[in-house]
Amino acid sequence: MNDVVEITLTVNGEEVRERVEARKSLVDFLREDLALTGSHVGCEHGVCGACTVRVDGVIVRGCLMLAAQCDGCRVETIEGLSDAGEIADLQAAFEARNALQCGFCTPGMLLTAHDLLENEPAPDRARIRVHLSGNYCRCTGYQAIVDAVEAVAQERSTKR
Amino acid sequence: MKITDDVPSALSALDRPNSYIGRSVPRPNLGRLMQGRGQYVSDVTLPRMAHAAFVRSPHAHARIRSIDTTAAKKAAGVIAVVTGAELAKVITPWVGVLTHLKGIKSAPQHAIAPQIACWRGEAVCAVVARTRAQAEDACELVAVDYEELPAVVDAETALDPGVPVIHPALGDNLTWERTHVAGDPDKGLREADAVVETTFVFGRHTGVTNEPRAIVADWNLGEQRLTVYQGTQAPHMMQNLFAKHLGLAEHQVRVLTKDVGGSFGIKVHTYADEMATVALSKLLGRPVKFVADRLESFVTDIHARDHRITAKIGVKNDGTITAWEIDDLTGIGPYSVYPRTSGIEANQVVNLVGGPYTCQNYRARARVVFQNKNVMCQYRAVGHPIATQVTEGLVELAAAKIGMDPLELRRRNLIADDAYPASGPSGIKFEALSHHASLAHLDAMMNYAGLRAEQARLREQGIHRGIGFASFIEVTNPSAAFYGVGGARISAQDGATVRLDATGAVFVHTGVSEQGQGAEAVIAQCVASAFGVPIGHVRVIMGDTDNTPYGGGTWASRAAGIGGEAAWQAGKALRDNVLAAAGSILQAKPETLDVRNGVVVDRATGTERIGLDEVARIVYFRPDTLPPGFQPELVATRHYVPRAWPFAFTNGVQASCVEVDTDTGFVSLLKHWCVEDCGTVINPQLVDEQIRGGIVQGIGAALFEHCVYDERGQLVNGNMADYLVPMAPEMPDIEIGHVVTPTADSELGAKGAGEAGTAGAPACVVNAINDALRPLGAKPITAIPVTPDRVLAALGKI
Repeated sequence: MNDVVEITLTVNGEEVRERVEARKSLVDFLREDLALTGSHVGCEHGVCGACTVRVDGVIVRGCLMLAAQCDGCRVETIEGLSDAGEIADLQAAFEARNALQCGFCTPGMLLTAHDLLENEPAPDRARIRVHLSGNYCRCTGYQAIVDAVEAVAQERSTKR
Repeated sequence: MKITDDVPSALSALDRPNSYIGRSVPRPNLGRLMQGRGQYVSDVTLPRMAHAAFVRSPHAHARIRSIDTTAAKKAAGVIAVVTGAELAKVITPWVGVLTHLKGIKSAPQHAIAPQIACWRGEAVCAVVARTRAQAEDACELVAVDYEELPAVVDAETALDPGVPVIHPALGDNLTWERTHVAGDPDKGLREADAVVETTFVFGRHTGVTNEPRAIVADWNLGEQRLTVYQGTQAPHMMQNLFAKHLGLAEHQVRVLTKDVGGSFGIKVHTYADEMATVALSKLLGRPVKFVADRLESFVTDIHARDHRITAKIGVKNDGTITAWEIDDLTGIGPYSVYPRTSGIEANQVVNLVGGPYTCQNYRARARVVFQNKNVMCQYRAVGHPIATQVTEGLVELAAAKIGMDPLELRRRNLIADDAYPASGPSGIKFEALSHHASLAHLDAMMNYAGLRAEQARLREQGIHRGIGFASFIEVTNPSAAFYGVGGARISAQDGATVRLDATGAVFVHTGVSEQGQGAEAVIAQCVASAFGVPIGHVRVIMGDTDNTPYGGGTWASRAAGIGGEAAWQAGKALRDNVLAAAGSILQAKPETLDVRNGVVVDRATGTERIGLDEVARIVYFRPDTLPPGFQPELVATRHYVPRAWPFAFTNGVQASCVEVDTDTGFVSLLKHWCVEDCGTVINPQLVDEQIRGGIVQGIGAALFEHCVYDERGQLVNGNMADYLVPMAPEMPDIEIGHVVTPTADSELGAKGAGEAGTAGAPACVVNAINDALRPLGAKPITAIPVTPDRVLAALGKI
C-alpha cells in the first residue's frame, strides 16, 4: 500500500519533482502535496467533475487518475489557466451572469467549458449542456452557466 | 416600493446616486471562487493538524459487543483510536426536542455510538492519524464485534405491536404527533359534488452538496480556546452547542465559516461525526480535520421528505373547494436531529396544506416515527414541496374530475389579492400575498392558451405533452416563533455593525452568512445604499463568531430580509453619525448635509462639501481640531427581527411543460416558468438565480432523487453514480417573473426567496406529467420520483 513513486512533471508551467504514494490520486497530489486547492474533491468516483484538470491538453478527472500516471506530463489546473489569462473571458461572463453560487463546481466547470470552446467554435445551447453533462452543479440549475458559455462562444467566434 | 428615509431629502432613498436596491450588482466574492482562490473548509490546513476517519456500523441496528483497537493503534501514522465510551468522557450527548412541538420525544444521541448503533453509517469508533489515508487504513484494522438487532425499516409498521422499540426508554417508536381541525371538514366533504382521495408518496432524498460536510477543530491548550472552521449555516448556533457539550464557556469557542460548497439546509444541523471531531481535538490538544467523503455523506448527511400522505379534497361543480383532509406519516430515522428537531417538516406540512386557498375546512394528522435509517431533518424548503404537491396535486385532480381548467379552478379558490390580512386553514397568518396577480402574470408569460392549442395539435400526432401548475406559499423571515419559542438557542434577530475606516471605506460585520446565495452582495448593497458610498467601498465581514454581531446565520430564507434590514438600518445610522461629525467640522447643521457617492454634500443642492476620507482623517488623526465636547462615533450597530408577523409569507406560481415518451416512460422537460413575489427585490439577478437553482433542486426530487433502502435498512444507491441528481442536459430553461408586495414589517420590505423554487417545482412537474397521460387513461401518478417505470406502470404497460 505504501509503495512510493518518484515523478517529474510540469504543473502550471513549473517543474515539479516529488515522491508520491502509488495510490495517491492526481487531485489529492495537487491539493495536498502542491497546495493547489482550486481543484476540488466532490465525489472521488468520477461523477461530479469538481476535480477536472488538464493533462497534456486534455481535460481529465483528477480523482480517476493517479499522480504516478502523470510522470512526464504537463498538468494544468484552474490556478494556471486563470493566472495565464486563458479563461479570462469565461470568468468575466460567469461573473456577469452570476453563473456560480457556492463556486465549488466552478473551476471544473470553467475548464470543461473552455475545453468545449477550444474544440468547437460555435456550440448551441443543447451542445453546451451535453458537454457540461459530467459537471455537477447543485446551486445554479445550469441555465446561467449555459448562458455564460454561449455568450463567450459568440464572443470568441466574432474575434476569430 | 416602501423604503423611507428618516430625514426628508430632495432625493428619495432609491434615487440617491448609490442606490443599489433593485440592481443586479455582481457579487464581490466571485473573483476568488472563479480563480481557484476560494477557501473552503476542505482546503484548510493548520500546523500539527491530524485527520479523523470513522468506523461506521455496517448494520442498521446492532449492539456493539466489543471493539478491539489493538491493531489499529499500531498502524502507520495513527495518533489515537477512540471509541464511543472513551469520547463520552469529553462530550455529552444531546436530545433533539423543542417545547413548542408538544410531546415530541427523542433519545440521547452520542458523538460516537457507545453501545448500540441505530443506523447503517452511524460512527462506532474514530481513528485519528497524520493523514486521512492513514486514518482510513487503520479503520480497516478496528475489529468490532456486533450483535445484529432487528431493524425497524418501514415507517408504515413502525408503530405496530410487536415491532421492536428502537429506544425502549421512550416506550414506543412515535416521535411526535400533531392533529389539527379547522372549520367543518366533514360538512365540507358532504357538501362536495366530487371528492378526490389519493395517497401521495415522497421519496426520501438528500442534499448532495458539492462540497461534503467539512470541519477543522483546533483546541488550543495555551489559550484554552476552541477554534472551529466549519462549513455551517449557523455559526453562533454551533458556537453555543460546541461549548455546551464540551463543558466550555461560549466565549471560549470561535466558529469560523469561510467559503461553503453548498448547504441547502444540510449544513444547519448537529452531526455526530462533527461533534466527535471537535471532541477529538479537545481530547488530543491539537487540530483535527474531518471531511465526509461522498459515500459517508450519503449515509450521514440528513435525508428529508420521506412522507406518505393520504389526502382528500372536496369540490363543488362550480369549482369551489369545500374541504381538505390529510394524514401524514413520516419516518425520520432513529433520532430527532438536534437542535431543530425532526418534527418541523411534518409540522410544516400541516401548516402549509391548503394555504393559498380560501377553503377553511381542514383536518390534518401528522405522525413522525423512528426507524433504523439515516436521520431526516430540515432540507431546503422544509415541508413546502410536500404540502404543495399534496395541495396542488389534489387541486388538479379535482379540476380533472369536474372537467374544469386547472387555472380556472385556482382563480375561483385562491385568496383574493385584496383580502389581506388573511389566514390559511391551519391558522397561519398572511400579511399580504398576490396569488391572482401572479397567476395572471404567469398565464400571459407562458402564453397558456397557445400552449394548450399546441398540446392539442401535437396530441393528434401522437406526441404527448402536459402542462402543470403549482401555486405556492413560502415561509421566510422567521421570527422567534420558528425555534426560539421552543427553547432553542437559535437567534431570530440579526445585527450589522458598520464602521467608517480611515480612508472613507466601510466595513460591515454581519451575523448572516454566505453559502453562495449572494448574502455578501446583498449586505453590501444595503449598506452602500443607506450610507451613500459606491459599493466597491464596502467590505463585508461574515462567518466569524468573534467578529460579527450575534445572529442566526442563513436558513429559512432570512439573510436578505432580516440581515439586509439590519444592514440597511446600520448604514443609515452611520450616515447620521458621519453627518454629525461633518457638521461639526463644517460648522453646518447635520440635517442640511447628506452622504452621496462617498462625499458629504449639501442636502438641498448636492454641492460637494467634504470627502468621507477627509472626515475620517480629521476624526482619527486630528481630533484636536474638533470643537470641545464633541465626540464623533464612526461605528454604528443596528439589529432587526420581524415583530409584527411570525413569518413573512411569500407566494407565487410555477408552470411546467413536459413531453412524455409513452414507450419508454421518459419525461422531457421542455420549459418551466415561475412568477413569485418576495416583496422588495434587492438584487434581481440573485433572486432569479435562487429561484432557478431551487426549481432544479425540486425537479431532482420530482424525477430522479431517491435514497433507496432495502428491507435490512441498507442504503443501496448511496453514491453519485446510482443516486441521480439533475445534470445540465436534462434541465429546461426557466423563465421568471415577479410581482412585488413588500412586507410592512421592515423598511426595505424584502422577504426571502431561497426556497420558492424548490417548494413548487415537484408539484407542477408531476401535474404536467399527469396532464400528458390523462387522455391515455393512465392512473394519476402521485409518487415521486416519477421514474420511467412509474410512468409505464401508470399507463398499464408494465
